[in-house]
Amino acid sequence: MFGLFETGFAGFTWGNGVMLAIGAVFLYLGIAKKMEPLLLVPIGFGVILVNLPFGGLMECIVQGKVVEAYAIGGEPAGLLSRLFRYGLVWEFVPCFIFLGLGAMTDFGPLIANPKTLILGAGAQFGVYAAFFIALLLGFNINEACSIGIIGGADGPTTIFLTNRLAPHLIGATAVAAYTYMAMVPIIQPPVIKALTTKKERAIYMKPQLRPVLKLEKVLFPVIGAITIILLVPKSAPLIGMFMAGNLLRESGVTDRLANTAATAFIDILTILLGLCVGAFMSAGVFLKPASLMVFGLGVAAFAASTFFGVILAKFMNLFLKEKINPMIGAAGVSAVPMAARVVQRMGQEANPRNFLLMHAMGPNVAGVIGTATAAGIFLGMLG
Amino acid sequence: MPQEIIEVPITGKIISVEVKPGDEVKEGDTICILESMKMENPILAPVDGTITEVGVTAEQVVKPGETIAIIEYQ
Repeated sequence: MFGLFETGFAGFTWGNGVMLAIGAVFLYLGIAKKMEPLLLVPIGFGVILVNLPFGGLMECIVQGKVVEAYAIGGEPAGLLSRLFRYGLVWEFVPCFIFLGLGAMTDFGPLIANPKTLILGAGAQFGVYAAFFIALLLGFNINEACSIGIIGGADGPTTIFLTNRLAPHLIGATAVAAYTYMAMVPIIQPPVIKALTTKKERAIYMKPQLRPVLKLEKVLFPVIGAITIILLVPKSAPLIGMFMAGNLLRESGVTDRLANTAATAFIDILTILLGLCVGAFMSAGVFLKPASLMVFGLGVAAFAASTFFGVILAKFMNLFLKEKINPMIGAAGVSAVPMAARVVQRMGQEANPRNFLLMHAMGPNVAGVIGTATAAGIFLGMLG
Repeated sequence: MPQEIIEVPITGKIISVEVKPGDEVKEGDTICILESMKMENPILAPVDGTITEVGVTAEQVVKPGETIAIIEYQ
């Protein structure tokens, strides 16, 4: 007879209740507050789906027995556990998302003002700061790398690295990275304000950058890929795809491919990624002290990256004749374009003449390269 | 009377124009919204004053250096 014991209610725990509430918060932030809805809506719904007992979406077979949560050594047998294994664990999804990102990225501001590359690299100090904090708190070195990379504010890179070094933390690090990316407008302003005076935030930068030649834009992804991959070989999957996507955009002869990569292709991958990340957050997997600590450390990583970006910009100003607005250093955390948007808004608040968007986009896209390179360095040491 | 010319900072499309000639504006008031790089960016009045000329209309594609508006101020 079909009764209460056959329904999901029989397996429902308080932990499922907590996770349903977390999923609902993600949906609220995405739909009502419009905070990164493309990420938070699929992640939030994935969280809800996987916390409805007996649905089997993430089930795996371990030594002949079916377990409901994803098992790293098991054989995936559910709709989303298969997607998770062959999409995320096999690295197709995060790396091809980078191809789409490359097709969406304009390196013009970075090429026009190459010193912003330094700011993108500077913000990566936050990654290493969070790495050391995690080590001090008792995480092992692989876990600490995966936690530190959250400070780079780059979801696909975080998933890529965690999958290689600490796969049991992939749900916590991925959700932390995506959640905090959505919360950049809340996390960054207090850090920026604490480090700068109003006079510094009001520093005017001419909005126009020099025009960038088409040849420069075509050569950038080719030379960039060769240089970075030769220096940090383990960054090849991310940097290679990122620059491939960018070459499609800039070559001028592959517009159809670039348009697909920047629209339908990356959208499909984002749906799959969002559902998978959410689905990894079942109560049994996520509600553990280690996962919650990862979540807490993620904020520290983000704040540290912002801190180092701004401090480096202020340091550069000691030597520059034409001062830069130190806030653009905060855009060195990759979170494109959220971090640049924060800088633009705060720059206008301090001085209505300011229009810092293009200046902030330079460190912003440099931050993407910087974080992928930092991941490659970690992998080179430990992978 | 001194004038302040507000120019287009980056290539984009004007989404809306919030002022017309004769309007009094205060520093920080929104003159128009410029969409660029898939973001809506407000263009703000740099000084208190009176709008004497508006050089853009909604839906217009604009390039850097074009005049958005002119403000006369004391």
